[in-house]
Parts: sequence; C-alpha cells; structure tokens
Amino acid sequence: MKCLVMGGNVKVLGKAVHSLSRIGDELYLEPLEDGLSLRTVNSSRSAYACFVFAPLFFQQYQAASPGQDLLRCKILMKSFLSVFRSLAMLERTVEKCCISLNSRNSRLVVQLHCKYGVRKTHNLSFQDCESLQAVFDPASCPHMLHAPARVLGEAVLPFPPALAEVTLGIGHGHRVILRSYQEEEADSTVKTMMTEMSIGEEDFQQLQAQEGVAVTFCLKEFRGLLSFAESANLNLSIHFDAPGRPAIFTIKDSLLDAHFVLATLSETDPHSKDLGSPEPAPQLQDYSTPHLDDFANDDIDSYMIAMETTTGGESSRALPSVSLSPGPQPSHSPDPHSEEEDEAEPSTVPGTPPPKKFRSLFFGSILAPVHSPQGPSPVLAEDSEGEG
Amino acid sequence: MIAKLAKTCTLRIIPDKLNFILSDKLANGGVSMWCELEQENFFSEFQMEGVSAENNEIYLELTSENLSRALKTAQNARTLKIKLTNKHFPCLTVSVELLSVSSSSRIVTHDIPIKVIPRKLWKDLQEPVVPHPDVSIYLPVLKTMKSVVEKMKNISNHLVIEANLNGELNMKIETELVCVTTHFKDLGNPPLASENASQDRNPEQMAEVHLDIRKLLQFLVGQQANPTKALCNIVRNKMVHFDLLHEDVSLQYFIPALS
Repeated sequence: MKCLVMGGNVKVLGKAVHSLSRIGDELYLEPLEDGLSLRTVNSSRSAYACFVFAPLFFQQYQAASPGQDLLRCKILMKSFLSVFRSLAMLERTVEKCCISLNSRNSRLVVQLHCKYGVRKTHNLSFQDCESLQAVFDPASCPHMLHAPARVLGEAVLPFPPALAEVTLGIGHGHRVILRSYQEEEADSTVKTMMTEMSIGEEDFQQLQAQEGVAVTFCLKEFRGLLSFAESANLNLSIHFDAPGRPAIFTIKDSLLDAHFVLATLSETDPHSKDLGSPEPAPQLQDYSTPHLDDFANDDIDSYMIAMETTTGGESSRALPSVSLSPGPQPSHSPDPHSEEEDEAEPSTVPGTPPPKKFRSLFFGSILAPVHSPQGPSPVLAEDSEGEG
Repeated sequence: MIAKLAKTCTLRIIPDKLNFILSDKLANGGVSMWCELEQENFFSEFQMEGVSAENNEIYLELTSENLSRALKTAQNARTLKIKLTNKHFPCLTVSVELLSVSSSSRIVTHDIPIKVIPRKLWKDLQEPVVPHPDVSIYLPVLKTMKSVVEKMKNISNHLVIEANLNGELNMKIETELVCVTTHFKDLGNPPLASENASQDRNPEQMAEVHLDIRKLLQFLVGQQANPTKALCNIVRNKMVHFDLLHEDVSLQYFIPALS
C-alpha cells in the first residue's frame, strides 16, 4: 500500500487522527479499493469510529502492490498520533506526507516532506489484525438530525469540558434539547450543576424525530468528531433510535466519510420510580415543557419561593423528572459496557457511580425490574476472524 | 472574579443589593470578603421575598465556579434571567436567551445547586466592620503588584507590606540569604477622616503588617481588570483591608496578619 497526501490535506488527516485518538488506543489501518480506512474502537466496545479517505483525497493512492493481497494492520494510536501531534506544525511546514505499508520489513512508514528539504521518516511497527467492522445501519434509525457542525459546536459550548454524558432529545415545540446527564446516586450529597441547551428546529437542515425521544451518549467521544467537523466546516448527521441502541454520527464529503457509532444508555432514569408507574415512552416533554413555559408566561409571583430557613424550603412547583425508559421493543443493549466507560474515565467526571453499581447493571437494572435489560448481545464490533 | 477568590461563597440577596460574602472562618484561612452590587445597576426586573418582613433577606451558599460558568454563556445573550427554584433540590436557575442566526432563539438553562443558609447563621455573614486604619493608601497597578508577589512567593512565604501617609508602599520579604524589597512611590493617600489629630502623626512613618504571601497572591490573581478605585488600609500588625471599586461592583477583602 502506498499513498501520498499533499498540502492542506495533511492537516485534515492529522485532525482525523486526533479525533480517533479520543476514542481508542489502537488504530486499524486498512487500505480498501474505495479508500483508506482508519478505524478504532474503545476498550469497552461502546464507541467505534471510522474515517474513510477516498482515493481523490490523495495525490497518489495505491491500495496494494500488484500481485499482493490487501494488507491490514493495527498500530498503537499513540505512535501514529505522535507523527501528527502538532497540527500547527503540520500546517506550517509539511508539504506532503507519504504513507506506505511494507510487509517485507513489517513497518508502516510515514514520511513527512517538510520545508527546506527536511524529511521526517517514522517507522512504526504494526500488528496484523482482523478487520474491524461494526455492524450498524444509519438507515435503520428512525430519528435523524442534520446540521452544520458549527450549530452543534455552539450547542455543546455551555457544557463543562469535564462532563461525561449528555442527553439529546426532542422537546416541546420541536426544539432540540441537549441536557447534561448525571448519574444519580441515592446517597450523593454533592449536587452538581445541570445545564440544558434548547435549539429551535430552524437551525437544523433536517430534523426527523418526534417530540419526546431522547438518547444519552458520551459527550467526550462525540466532541472528538465534532472538533473535526468544525475545523473542516462540514455538516454532521446524527441518527438515533431508542435508548440503548447505538447512535450514529456521520460526516459525508466528496473526499472523506466519517462514522462514529456511540452506545447510548438504556437504563431508566432513577427518578422514574417517583412517578409511580414507569412510562413506556421517554417523557422528554415532561421536563422540557415546564422550562419553556417558565419563560413564556413569566408570572414571577408564582415562582417566588418563601424559603424556610430551617428546612429546604417549599417549591412553587415540583417538576416531574425525565424518564429515559427503554423503548417499547426489548432493547438490545449494545452497551452492557457503556456504563463501564464512565469508570475508565478520569475521576474528575462528576457523578461517576461507584464500581458496585456497574456490576449490577450488567445483570439487570437495579431500579426498575419491569424494564430489566437485556442480555449483553453486542450489536457493535463483530470482528470477523480473518485468515491473516 | 469571585470564582477565583473563593470556591464556595455566600450570596445574600436583599431588596436593593446583592452581596457575595466569604466569612472569616478558619476554613478560609482567616481571609474574608465582602462584595456588593446595587441590583438596579444590573437587573431590569428584580423581585425577592425574604424569610419574613423584618428579615427580608435570603442567604444562599453556592459554588462560585458554577455561577461563573453559567454566566459565561451569557456573554452574547439577549436576555438573562435568574430564579430561585426547587428541582429535586434547591437551585439557582440561570436562563439565558442567546441570539441565533435563524429566527428562533436558543435557550440555555443552568441549574446551580445551592444551600439555603438558616437564619441562625446569618450573624456570621454580616458586613464586616472596617476598623480604623493606621494608614490608608491608593494601590499601584494591580498587575504589577501581582507579578512582584508571584516572584516573591518563590523565595518566602512571609511578606511584609507597609505603607505611609506619604504615598509610599513597600513589599518586603526576608530570608537568611536574601532580602528583597519593592518600593512604590507617589501613590497618593485618600484624605483622612481625621478625628484624632493627624498632625501629630509623622507622614513618613510606616505601618506594617506581616502576611501569608499566598493569601495576598490569591487576592491579586483574582483581579483581572484594573479597578476604578483601589484602596489599601493597613491596621498595624493586625490586618490589611483592600477596598476596590470595579465600575458598579464594590469588593472588600480582608487579610489577617500572621500571628
């Protein structure tokens, strides 16, 4: 395999590698006839990312030397990223980048031709591997939204960088709502701040979803793709389904394709038990409606809280909480491990549940026995056992 | 600014003002802060109802960084509303309406968890009495002070700040090996409310206080813009009192002397 990337595309490639590095620790590089694919998956198999660069992206693209089989390899993300670590440097000094896979000496050679005749050659060792391919189909997702990356970038701006998960849903008036998601602990005394962003549907180029649907996914992983899309000024599509089924984020361009598949949380919100009978459908309306109504008919008097200083005070209105119960069909949880990913993240993540809670989630929800999930049947990452 | 000075602080709401308070508890290392804003300079609509008619005040404890982050999203806002609500737990809800390219606006809502402070603790949170200072002097450019103190911090933890009525302020640190002093001149002194005869006080005489340099640095680091007015009051060997005015916000910061 041999390919040559020129000029500004080197930075695009670099940015893509940065995005991928936010997901997994190993990069699967596979030259295909229709382009070079770079894929990765995270350790808990709850996030999969794939970039495919079309032959047009390259000055020169040769998937395989004549007579040779297509080679596939797996490299350490850290090694590959180190070549493209400084994007500013790539932009300023690199004129072209040549990537070649040489099975003879088992090395992936990345050569950066820079200004002033400087040439940097990186010889990265790789491992043969099976093809990494997740099974997913955006067309099978009933809900979709499509918007310029800038809109979504602005939408996540108010959220703290450390926030792990976010809930995306459609609220009252067909507004798209992004809300910070906190794992509720019964005994938690430290309450964390909740942030919600509500965007009108006019900001989206396409919105195909009913009010009330919502999914919760990892914001940190999504940010990886978002930053790439923003820098390339492309449009992003989000395809999602019922909670528990993966959400698919795609970018399509003439030169490249990117897919990020992230698992979504499938358990019911702990507060749903307060509502008495768990609702069959996600009740996003319940919490979004009051918010918007608050500010539409703003009768300040009704919101005045005469606080009793000794007790917590009486509220003017108890707002029903959101319940993200699984959809009507038994949801295959592609992510019995999705909550585990929280654990893998640094301890600065607020509301990370203690380990014991995770184990119980593997075997069933500790909260609503009625909607106990789903055996761990991963929809994600069906690795085909390759001959190689 | 407050977020840099105090991790958790108290917000006190009374009909015509808002105060951010840090009381001089041991946990704060003895420093205390009193920040005041006239509500009508900021809000077009302001309604509040305290505990009772005689005690028409509300005291809340919150994490200042949360509020600071919430307000940051409001930098380009069309409107901003702050409400006290109770969603599972008491919150300060900040709702920001942002401008948007399209016709529909975007709304960001932040729910900041707060703790209501019971009335019996209110007495600890009253406006501190400013003791009569020995010397009162205008401060030099805070950024300069900050860079000096930052470098001094590497040498010693113990800083002496002294000033006189002649517009001179010195900051000194001393170790076995080295002694560093920074002199500021021509700073100017505010006119004294001279009940006790200021005539018999030598204007050259310095009043000094020994401080923990980190506390001073924490205060200086929190100041980003240059205040409209910056005053330093020294009570010999007792404490330093900084009185700043940033446009419509008044901030007072007290650092006790090292014992």
